Amino acid sequence: MNLGRDDRTRRSERVGESLTWLCGGALAFNLLMIVAVIGFIGYRGLDYFWQGRVALCRLEDGRRLLGEISGREERPPTPGKTLEMTGRLQLRVGNRDVTGAGFVWIDDDQIAEISYPEDALLLERLEWGHFYGRAVELRRGDEVLARGPDEVWRAFGPLHEEKVARREAIERLERGEIGDINFEIERLRLAGKRLARRDLSPDERALQEAAIAHETKEREAQYQVLADRLFEERESLAEEQLVMETADGERNAIAVGEIVRAVRPNAMSLLDRAGLYLGRVREFVWDDPRESNTEGGIFPAIFGTVLMVFIMSIAVVPLGVLAALYLREYAKQGVLVRTVRIAVNNLAGVPSIVFGVFGLGFFVYLVGGSIDRLFYPDALPTPTYGTGGILWASLTLALLTVPVVIVATEEGLAAVPRGTREGSLALGATKFETIRRVVLPAAAPGILTGMILAMARAAGEVAPLMIVGMVKLAPTLPLDHHFPFVHLERKFMHLGFHIYDVGFQSPNVEATTPLVFATALLLVLVVTLMNVAAIVVRNRLRRKYASSAI
Amino acid sequence: MEIKISPVNEGEWMESDVSAMGTDDAVRPEIKDALFQIDSLSFWYRESQALHDISMDIPSRQITAYIGPSGCGKSTLLRCFNRLNDLIDEVRIEGDIRFEGASILDPSVEVNSLRKRIGMVFQKSNPFPKSIYENVAYGCRIHGIRRKRDLDEIVERGLRGAALWDEVKDRLDESALGLSGGQQQRLCIARALSVEPDVILLDEPCSALDPVATAKIEELMQELKKRYTLIIVTHNMQQASRVSDFTAFLYHGRLIEYAETKTLFIRPRKKQTEDYITGRFG
Ligand SMILES: Nc1ncnc2c1ncn2[C@@H]1O[C@H](COP(=O)(O)OP(=O)(O)OP(=O)(O)O)[C@@H](O)[C@H]1O
Ligand SMILES: [Mg+2]
Repeated sequence: MNLGRDDRTRRSERVGESLTWLCGGALAFNLLMIVAVIGFIGYRGLDYFWQGRVALCRLEDGRRLLGEISGREERPPTPGKTLEMTGRLQLRVGNRDVTGAGFVWIDDDQIAEISYPEDALLLERLEWGHFYGRAVELRRGDEVLARGPDEVWRAFGPLHEEKVARREAIERLERGEIGDINFEIERLRLAGKRLARRDLSPDERALQEAAIAHETKEREAQYQVLADRLFEERESLAEEQLVMETADGERNAIAVGEIVRAVRPNAMSLLDRAGLYLGRVREFVWDDPRESNTEGGIFPAIFGTVLMVFIMSIAVVPLGVLAALYLREYAKQGVLVRTVRIAVNNLAGVPSIVFGVFGLGFFVYLVGGSIDRLFYPDALPTPTYGTGGILWASLTLALLTVPVVIVATEEGLAAVPRGTREGSLALGATKFETIRRVVLPAAAPGILTGMILAMARAAGEVAPLMIVGMVKLAPTLPLDHHFPFVHLERKFMHLGFHIYDVGFQSPNVEATTPLVFATALLLVLVVTLMNVAAIVVRNRLRRKYASSAI
Repeated sequence: MEIKISPVNEGEWMESDVSAMGTDDAVRPEIKDALFQIDSLSFWYRESQALHDISMDIPSRQITAYIGPSGCGKSTLLRCFNRLNDLIDEVRIEGDIRFEGASILDPSVEVNSLRKRIGMVFQKSNPFPKSIYENVAYGCRIHGIRRKRDLDEIVERGLRGAALWDEVKDRLDESALGLSGGQQQRLCIARALSVEPDVILLDEPCSALDPVATAKIEELMQELKKRYTLIIVTHNMQQASRVSDFTAFLYHGRLIEYAETKTLFIRPRKKQTEDYITGRFG
């Protein structure tokens, strides 16, 4: 008997081997793509916070430019003019209030000399963006507090700290007390309108109206006091001025209170730079945006994204789990159930904007409009729930992602062995008890898998949200200290939309391109973080019910 | 010997064949205090009949064993006692089973309290994906016992009853799925004991176990017999002859012979029984 491998076996092994290579290659390619995407976004995004040196370029025609080199472009030789490759530098020169443009391109052959002066000063301002220049003097009105770059730099530090503290106090005042009073006044206005619609005797009505009017007047007086104080504080921000000189020698006075941060990049050690880096990351993550989103932080967008995904999860998990329970445990398996299942699966393939349109028509206009008519008639015609808001956006996304949860839950339920259910029933448990105490806990990891997939999908959706409540800039967060603390009717910001807005809707595209990467990186991080949290929970559940190999 | 099985409704020829197989002339012992009385029970899965006109009494506080070749309907019959077959779609049942004189097939019977009184241990051990403690406490929890002290006691009693306590008393909070196969099966017995049933149905409880674990469970059954009525399905003839007091031989859904175990194994009255226990077919 011939025990050697015959031709067929050998051929099949060869095919099998090359198939293994093909599969491995495909996997490697996919991994490479993922690493490349994350790596590229990560590199460009993290680069945004790094402070480079500030270059002083003297040009052949005698002009001088001060700024950071932000890019370079090679150009093919121009026939008849040059033979070699030439290039041009992109310089971020800031000073938009003086020069009009924040960036300039300079051809290589125009540059006579590049130097990096120690006293070059970079100011990040509340308005108009960066300012590059040299400090000339520090003034309070006509009085000169310090003169010359070094003396000014020394005097500036403590003064600036004081102004920053004051600015924060003003912000607190605006958000806190003044916000509270505005809130009260609005409440009184609505109370007045409600009164007008109530059925009261003339005396009673007059009495109540007077009470409301009285209180309103009191609030308004309080408001006036605070507004005056605010005005004074604001004035004091502009008391001291930093006189700067651009590279061209033009002078410009900048209020100290307007300055967010001042650094001398060329005099900084690596450690200083690292500190500055962290400071900017912190600001980016925790602060509000400024200058129509092109500067400052993106905290409201992070908050909006996370809260929306959170509300969506709260809505989608019970909905999906209940639907899956019915389909798998209670419904009689047959043609109808199979059809429903196919329909549910196909729902996941409907373009997301269609869900957005549905959300607008159903949630916003129909449900929201009815809520307004029933519960907020006094505020009309200003809609409360009858306009886009975070609740409607979350529910729209919940509809969008519910098939994912249903499918994953059904799989989880199907994986619970029949023997386990029978074990429970044989002890005298009802079907409901069996599902609640045995089947659902055993299917929990599957349910969580569905939730993770739903969250990942929801955090990345932008299109449907644009019509159900997502905005470029939301004045308030959907969560604050005013009763009832969670304001689900409010508009919200979202990282995905922020990327689009900053990158493609901003007038200052060069300055904001790095911001796009930084925001994208943050979006990836936020989604990853939420998923990791859910995965940790799932693994803990799995470990709890770890099965042995019997 | 060849036995031909045909659908029931095929006329004359069938009649004689059925009687030749001895449905009605099945051998039965005299049972004095019968706990279950099965009365011409027939059972259908959709169109296929799994049990044919079975009548027998099952004694209280004894071990009754069902033997028979695979597919002869032992599990089906056992699952009639606690109406677990209700869960399967499109089954049909005829005849009656009386438990302490009252019909259990009646639609008005409270299935959950019936199942509480008639516990079951399955062929394949099926602990819940919970801790050992929760597995045993589960039955009492659903029957409304909440107090931790009571539950602790029930868990210990159940585990001791199933001869498992010493092995697991230090790891009650660990997952039950981490136990060995034999331990899992005993855990399932403890779980069945925890609700204090009157009857325990055991469907091939030892089929996945080694001889040592099997011996343990057999020993346990002798112990349990003092307080419970046990009905066991087994493939293992030695086991049936070792542990049971009465044995019933089923064949193709029919009761062939039912007698005291000694009698059945030493002096079977039917040819088919003899062939089966001597291993000539099966
Ligand atoms: N859920 C079901 N649907 C349809 N037919 C079934 C079902 N369960 C069992 N049967 C059939 O009923 C007959 C009896 O099955 P049963 O499980 O009672 O046999 P058994 O004697 O327990 O066999 P084993 O010793 O292999 O466990 C078999 O022919 C089987 O195919
Ligand atoms: Mg069986």
